[in-house]
Amino acid sequence: MAHFTKATSLHDWMNQRLGVDTLNRVLATEYWIPKNINFLWAMGMILAITFGILLISGIFLLMYYQPNVHLAFDSVNYTIMQEVGYGWLWRHVHGVAASVVFLIIYIHMFTGIYYGSYKKGREMIWISGMLLFVAFSAEAFSGYMLPWGQMSYWAGMVITNLFSLGGLHANGLVEWIRGDYVPAQAFLNRFFMLHVLLIPLAIIGLIALHFGALRIPHVNNQDGEEVDFEVESKKYLAGDTKNSKVIRFMNDFLAKDMMVVGIYLIFFFYLVFYHYDFAMDPVNFDPANGLHTPTHIYPEWYFLWSYEVLRPFSTNVGLIAFAFAQVIFFFLPFLDRSPNAVPASRRGLFQIWFWAMLVDMIVLTAMGKVPPEGSFSVIGHYAALTFFALWIALPFITKFEKKV
Amino acid sequence: MKNSSRRGFMGKAFGAVAGVGAVASLYAMKRSWDPLPSVKAAGFTTLDMSEYKENELVVEKWRGKPIFVLKQSKEMLDTEDKNMSEITGKTTSAMDKKRLLKIGGEYYMVCVGLCTHLGCIPGYRPDKKDFLCACHGGMYDDAGMVTKSPPPRGFDIPPFKIDGMKLVLGESSPEYEKMLADGVTLKV
Repeated sequence: MAHFTKATSLHDWMNQRLGVDTLNRVLATEYWIPKNINFLWAMGMILAITFGILLISGIFLLMYYQPNVHLAFDSVNYTIMQEVGYGWLWRHVHGVAASVVFLIIYIHMFTGIYYGSYKKGREMIWISGMLLFVAFSAEAFSGYMLPWGQMSYWAGMVITNLFSLGGLHANGLVEWIRGDYVPAQAFLNRFFMLHVLLIPLAIIGLIALHFGALRIPHVNNQDGEEVDFEVESKKYLAGDTKNSKVIRFMNDFLAKDMMVVGIYLIFFFYLVFYHYDFAMDPVNFDPANGLHTPTHIYPEWYFLWSYEVLRPFSTNVGLIAFAFAQVIFFFLPFLDRSPNAVPASRRGLFQIWFWAMLVDMIVLTAMGKVPPEGSFSVIGHYAALTFFALWIALPFITKFEKKV
Repeated sequence: MKNSSRRGFMGKAFGAVAGVGAVASLYAMKRSWDPLPSVKAAGFTTLDMSEYKENELVVEKWRGKPIFVLKQSKEMLDTEDKNMSEITGKTTSAMDKKRLLKIGGEYYMVCVGLCTHLGCIPGYRPDKKDFLCACHGGMYDDAGMVTKSPPPRGFDIPPFKIDGMKLVLGESSPEYEKMLADGVTLKV
């Protein structure tokens, strides 16, 4: 048995039993972050904090929400919004955070792509991050079902119908997922369970994996420079903080991080108090009705690009296109054949690829929102084809990239 | 040596038992997600076909799904030949006759009113005598044949049994079996 001595303080008492000093050193004060980074490196912390906000607001919503097809709509739109003290606050915080979290995820992703932070030992960071993206997507979709409005019902109908796998007509699979012929009580109940338990558990596990994956390769920097963390941290601890290329995670880096988080939170609460309606589709304020489809069914803005990829094609081709769009980002570290892990601005053709991909996804998002008619339909079609062409071109343009 | 082989045996024995348990649990989990017997048992709808008017779409409900009933006028039956399928490039009249239900000397279109693309409910336009799905722009003629993609096929027809002027949905009949055999509809 380990040897314990009489504690000299509460801190010492805890330290003997839990090793809090060691934990603090390993996780915070001697976890090294490069100096050469910018505000885009704060997105991870913003995401962690937004997830916390979603969790807390969700707990309060959970206390009054009724997962029942007859009661769900009113429990949200009447009980929570009208009766519960500050219920509107939790709902607007939850809705806005669910939308904004995707904006930050996309910025976080494209930062990683721009600076090459998915290769040279950082592949697992990228893959675990993509798994988080999928888990957040599932979380957003299942949460969207819960108010049981028209958009909830019809989004549930359309998305579960994807599992009939087009020409395979796997209706049995669709009915199994729904627990009924159409989205009904069994459907609402199981998506409620997924939203409040199973998927959040998966997300928490994946966040741990994502952080763990960062530990050995460390954070990338603005120049893709290979920092020797061993040497630089020794320099820092010896007192030569000026010449060291790294700083402590806590408090040094966190101080800057929280500065960006502060600005973000001002933006976030501005939306919550003055523009919460952008995250609330007016159509979803009609109760679910299985005998009436809304005129236009479109997903929330963050799914529009992948929805638009599906839309211009016939069922089977569309499904394959959709599946392709869902998984292709996972393979980025392996489709990028260049050994250069430097900013896109120094990578020749890849720089064009990066901006073309970003613009194309914005075009797809815009075209997904408008009705599929006339020139919109044509633009959407070409943007979808461009998306695939870019991914096919990626291995070739990176293969012949000059080593920097 | 003796100990380690015993441990090895225990490990394998545990693995085998746990494996059986895992498979059994997965089966139980799969079954728990199945539609309940009460959900499956509910699901016969009887329609009185004498109540419908020509070229007036009525939406009935069967197993939570909308059912389109459209009584065909003389004109609608005659103008079928103009409907060209964008997908096959052939006129749809031959298919039309096979899709319609003949009850009491009149022709009716009776279909599940969900777009075969992704399950939205298309709207009927009585002036143009066609269906338009707002979700992805799919179109169908007045007999439920698809005329513009993305829908891969015409509206599905629910199992039916004709009983005089009554139509029972959810129960199969030789007429419905023939439709399935001819590939007019998929099993719903």
